[in-house]
Amino acid sequence: MRRIFLSFWCILSLAVFATAQDQHGHDNHDGHNHAEHADHSGQDHADHSGHAHANACGYTHEDVFNPGAVAFHHISDQNIYSIGPVAIPLPCIMYVKDQGLEMFSSGVFEADSHGSGIYAYNRWVIYEGSVRRILDKQFPMGKVAIGEHNLFPVEETMDNGKKRDVIHLCYEGEAWRCDSKSYADGGFLGGGMSSYYDFSITKNVMTMLIVFILVAWVFIRVARAYKKREGLAPTGTQNLLETLFVFIQDEVAKPFLGAKWERYTPFLMSLFFFILALNLFGQIPFFGGSNVTGNLSFTLVIAVLAFVVTTFSGNKHYWEHIFWMPGLPAWVKVIITPVEIMGMFIKPLTLMLRLFGNITAGHMVIVIFVGLIFIFGQNGANPGAAYGTAIGSTLLTMFMMAIELLVAFLQAFVFTILTASYIGAAIEDHHHAEEAH
Amino acid sequence: MVSLTAIGAGLAVIGAGIGIGNIGSKAMEAIARQPEAVGDIRSNMILMAALIEGAALIAILLAFFV
Repeated sequence: MRRIFLSFWCILSLAVFATAQDQHGHDNHDGHNHAEHADHSGQDHADHSGHAHANACGYTHEDVFNPGAVAFHHISDQNIYSIGPVAIPLPCIMYVKDQGLEMFSSGVFEADSHGSGIYAYNRWVIYEGSVRRILDKQFPMGKVAIGEHNLFPVEETMDNGKKRDVIHLCYEGEAWRCDSKSYADGGFLGGGMSSYYDFSITKNVMTMLIVFILVAWVFIRVARAYKKREGLAPTGTQNLLETLFVFIQDEVAKPFLGAKWERYTPFLMSLFFFILALNLFGQIPFFGGSNVTGNLSFTLVIAVLAFVVTTFSGNKHYWEHIFWMPGLPAWVKVIITPVEIMGMFIKPLTLMLRLFGNITAGHMVIVIFVGLIFIFGQNGANPGAAYGTAIGSTLLTMFMMAIELLVAFLQAFVFTILTASYIGAAIEDHHHAEEAH
Repeated sequence: MVSLTAIGAGLAVIGAGIGIGNIGSKAMEAIARQPEAVGDIRSNMILMAALIEGAALIAILLAFFV
């Protein structure tokens, strides 16, 4: 009887999941697809594969579905938190150079499902979820209605030869240049320093806070359960977490860290459970689609933490092996030393990129599978093909999400095991080092 | 330029694919030979695959950003 119930429950949840996915497809129809969105008349699809909108500043908006752009929009950090069709405003904390802090809610922009606002506030506008600043002092302060489709990108070439989109606002027939927030990437990824810094509680920060509270709550509860139920077999959440905890302890901490494993266990456990929880949280459909572990800034911070822990726990032998590898002829040492020093930095760099790459790729593949509907449906010109593809793409998306569940665990595990092996190499005692040669 | 970077990224992926494929096949053989050592073999397999993936990721990064 129980088994029947279980299988029934499985099928039911699969069905709900499938409908949810399908809805995601429809959701995209309504909100996320540029073609559908801009097409207000919504009638003569047949002879148009995409509409063109011209605004007062002479910018023509080509409404052709661009899967790459949509995917990048979905994985990027935003100043609004969208749960399904509901956009929850988040606090914006901006630091403008020579002007100090400015704080406001992103609700003032009244952003649509694209994340583009129809109001400007104190020379701030929101375009595709991120707040930007109008540079010109002539622009009126306070809340100004700017209308729809008046924010548009213009491609510019930067000093280093890279191209990037600069957002302009079309207001009263004039184009106003908008600055985007400062990125500390040195212009590498199309960012660079601008006139203001964004310290807002963005979607990613919000997600991290939520996940932190969730994980802390679950672990405190489980810790209490151990006190209360001492000597009894674990149940429920306690059981689940004990399995994971003991797995990391026995498979990662003990084999790699040797005798000192207990000292590093809190660090490794924090890494594992925080990354795992963030990975899984980002997988929940419609719930913001947070992509925290697929954000280079976040992975950079945890990779730097791993680097700091490794470097500061390095013993004499570790540094000896880096700067003057024993047991090698002098001329080889001259070659090996720079390689070892580079290796010190490449290890955390790969940690950072691996997590970022895997999680971002997963999120993008799911968005692109949903985007297949619009590609085959030719932006609404061919609804039959769109419905047909919707079935296939729902199945593909479900398959991808199942794989992503595995990847969420695997990447958290890989990050932890690699950190443990780097720390282990740094604290290895002499006997082990001797055996290695 | 775009096509060249794409070819570079593709080559990096081919290299990583061959490498990880080799690890997988050898790990399967090792498990078949010594099923009792499956835990050790699995974690070492993941570790090695992750290291190869690291090299491929650096190659992809260089292909796109330099």
